[in-house]
Amino acid sequence: MKLGSMMRTGLVAAGLLAGAAGSAFAQGAPIKVGILHSLSGTMAISETTLKDVMLMLIEEQNKKGGVLGRKLEAVVVDPASNWPLFAEKARELLQKDKVAAVFGCWTSVSRKSVLPVFEELNGILFYPVQYEGEESSRNVFYTGAAPNQQAIPAVDYLMANEKVQRWVLAGTDYVYPRTTNKILEAYLKLKGVKQEDILINYTPFGHSDWQSIVANIKKFGSAGKKTAVVSTINGDANVPFYKELGNQGIKAKDIPVVAFSVGEEELAGIDTKPLLGHLAAWNYFQSVKNPANEAFIKTWQTFTKNPKRVTNDPMEAHVIGFNMWIEAVKKAGTTDPDAVIDAMIGIAVPNLTGGLSAMMPNHHITKPVLIGEIQGNGQFDVVSATPLVIGDEWSDYLPDSKDLISDWRKPMSCGNFNVVTGKCGGKGK
Amino acid sequence: MLFLRPLAMLLPALASALIAATALAADLPALVAGLTTGGFGDRETAIGAMAASGEQRAAPILEALAAGQLYVRKSDNLVLIGKPDGNQLALTEAISGKPAGSGSEAELDRVRVNNRLRGVIEAAVGSLTLMSPDAKVRREAAEALFKRRDASSLAALDAALAAEKDPRIKRAMSEARAASVLASDAPPPQKLDAIALVRERADRDSLGVLEATANSATDPEVKAAAGAGAGAVRQTLAAWEAAQNVWYGISLGSVLLLAAIGLAITFGTMGVINMAHGEMVMLGAYTTFVVQDIIRTSAPHLFDASLLIALPLAFVVAGGIGILIERGIIRFLYGRPLDTLLATWGLSLVLQQAVRSIFGSSNREVGAPSWMSGAFQVGQINVTYGRLWIVVFSLIVFAALILLLRKTPLGLYMRAVTQNRPMASAMGIRTPRVDALTFGLGSGIAGLAGVALSQIDNVSPNLGQGYIIDSFMVVVFGGVGNLFGTLIGALTLGVVNKFLEPYAGAVLGKILVLVFIILFIQRRPRGLFALKGRSVE
Repeated sequence: MKLGSMMRTGLVAAGLLAGAAGSAFAQGAPIKVGILHSLSGTMAISETTLKDVMLMLIEEQNKKGGVLGRKLEAVVVDPASNWPLFAEKARELLQKDKVAAVFGCWTSVSRKSVLPVFEELNGILFYPVQYEGEESSRNVFYTGAAPNQQAIPAVDYLMANEKVQRWVLAGTDYVYPRTTNKILEAYLKLKGVKQEDILINYTPFGHSDWQSIVANIKKFGSAGKKTAVVSTINGDANVPFYKELGNQGIKAKDIPVVAFSVGEEELAGIDTKPLLGHLAAWNYFQSVKNPANEAFIKTWQTFTKNPKRVTNDPMEAHVIGFNMWIEAVKKAGTTDPDAVIDAMIGIAVPNLTGGLSAMMPNHHITKPVLIGEIQGNGQFDVVSATPLVIGDEWSDYLPDSKDLISDWRKPMSCGNFNVVTGKCGGKGK
Repeated sequence: MLFLRPLAMLLPALASALIAATALAADLPALVAGLTTGGFGDRETAIGAMAASGEQRAAPILEALAAGQLYVRKSDNLVLIGKPDGNQLALTEAISGKPAGSGSEAELDRVRVNNRLRGVIEAAVGSLTLMSPDAKVRREAAEALFKRRDASSLAALDAALAAEKDPRIKRAMSEARAASVLASDAPPPQKLDAIALVRERADRDSLGVLEATANSATDPEVKAAAGAGAGAVRQTLAAWEAAQNVWYGISLGSVLLLAAIGLAITFGTMGVINMAHGEMVMLGAYTTFVVQDIIRTSAPHLFDASLLIALPLAFVVAGGIGILIERGIIRFLYGRPLDTLLATWGLSLVLQQAVRSIFGSSNREVGAPSWMSGAFQVGQINVTYGRLWIVVFSLIVFAALILLLRKTPLGLYMRAVTQNRPMASAMGIRTPRVDALTFGLGSGIAGLAGVALSQIDNVSPNLGQGYIIDSFMVVVFGGVGNLFGTLIGALTLGVVNKFLEPYAGAVLGKILVLVFIILFIQRRPRGLFALKGRSVE
């Protein structure tokens, strides 16, 4: 113990010396970028890929000469799918490694866990995953979809194109599905769907025996009205869920399932032929044909040395977020968080589906909403695409948040401004 | 004379079909061209036109379209059907059916469809194939039209009904006709007849038809009849539903049994709290993956036997690692349950991370052999072969284990050592060796469970974690040290779970089961089947 602490003091001293020496010619010192994704534990399946894509982006940027004449250096930590550890690791990145920005988190609970750390130490976090909204922080940039950029358009598509009248809202039992389903339920009722035509079902993480739940969906679907399932089922549980749908012969043309957490990566482990036609709503699909996307896929497959490696939506979000950060650093001429945060708003970079995504004052970005149908080869065919949609952090369909907006430009600089009372600090947050 | 009459009836039909064919033969290319241009809406119109043409050759083209196998070659705009053949596509010309070599996806544009169009195509193919010479195809066509319930298919159904001989297909067709009548604006008396016919079918699809009619009918008599019919069908289905829940419960129970039975030996008879038991299951599943991977690359014809090959290997791998664990760690910790618990818990994390480092963190695909895929119907219950085989397999493993314990010398030693160690030792049994073998046996059976679970769950490093709690629950509930208790315990928990799930939801259902077990253990601390006698203490 004693030896350890002595060594640690020694290391810190050495680090301080190196820091002092480094500042003399700061021009050459690399800019550190933190990567906060789980590399072990339950979420490793999804998050490891995001770590890899960040390493690739940083390598590519360094080939172009880095930014502000300095190279970028990735600092990778492993929060191990352990939510409190996320906060610890975030603190380590900001305080010890002094990273200029952090790209990380997947589950909402991990984001909620690091949020106070980023606000306290004034760091910058890029969060790349679609989430439930109802949050806006000065220190976080949300590059994934808010509910109005994924869930609501998906429901609209099913109503308009498949004339769905009865809805099963099936989700994993945690904050993202619960909030999303609350928003969807309010939205459906607003559209005139009756209570008895909505079935809400929650299952635990990693649920594997879907027989009776799928049978129940089938039963709910045989009431003579077109039925669809809106799935916020997350992670591993999706594979046995889709297998059971296939087993019980639920075809997409009878009861379509639209999923918000199933992408190319999740489908990589299953035979998708029985799933033909089931849907997913995202802002990006690997199958989108355009030069930027084709170049990205090629770079990615070369980087991972795997010609079959797939790409997915959160990866695109990191690409957008990273490019925006580079632009903001260039614009601000420094990596100082306050300067970069102010410079971020209004920056627009090309996304991979052929449009420009811009950072809005509420720290959410503009994205197109794509609806895709699963094909036999594990890819999606886009059957509907909207123009760019602005992420709406405070849902208009929940009574607690419908009067709230957020705008991080000065002089308002508020994440939850209540337009009715005219004060910053309404409900929520 | 007798055989002439049907012939005479057929003649005009044949003649008209011939005329239609010659008249429309020229139109087919135009119709197909209509399929491949414009948006989804234009495609829908084109499909309707093809169905109306009655052209037999249109059916395979439409089927290929629905399966996403219809392509347009970029170089010459030729419409082709492409079936996957290795990395390439084997191409045939859509209209003439002539082979057109092979090509890659890059040279072709796939004609896209969506769910709505797939439904339209199904109905179109249905009305086109109602007259098919193949009885199975005709039956499928009738079923498709029943589900589609579209007034526009009435004409085709009437024509097909007149020509149909097979009484079962005739029945299916008249049901489809009834469903179409209910969707049309036919007069109420016709609709009432149709309702009676649909009601007799008494399955989920007919319930859908009746409910839809009850919702939309304007005539009060029709509305009431449809409502009453739906009620009657619902009642029949409710009985089937209960039977179905029992089957699902047995299926879940067999999975629990497989996962718990190894633990029943290591925990039940040896008293070792082995938190790494789930990881043994995971190792069995990964063994299956490795076996399938090797078979896929070097001997694809053996794929159907892959699980049978994996079984002994999984047993050896998991059993061998079990023996290593016992020799390396657990034997130093006998009599110290807390230390064992922590050591094996740590070991489970080590094993998980080891597998993650070797195989990667993402799920691995384990395919189902042909004899385990598919399903069949027992009345209104859908039984999948995969689940059925797992139930059978778990019972075989259980029986084999009982035989091993009762009828072999090893089983005798095991029982002797667990009942009275000093006495067994005094009789000349090498108790440390028996300990190692017992632990190896328990772990090996967990490996076997892994082979079965690879068919229904994700093969990922976390596979075992999901089963460890359930396994302990089953063993404790059934009675520690009693294999029959494990069997009954697993099946009971399975069935209770499946009856609770539809009403309470999966989360609350699990909680209720847990509360039930806690209360039960308060009443009977030794579980369902308590061991009696001195060895208990």
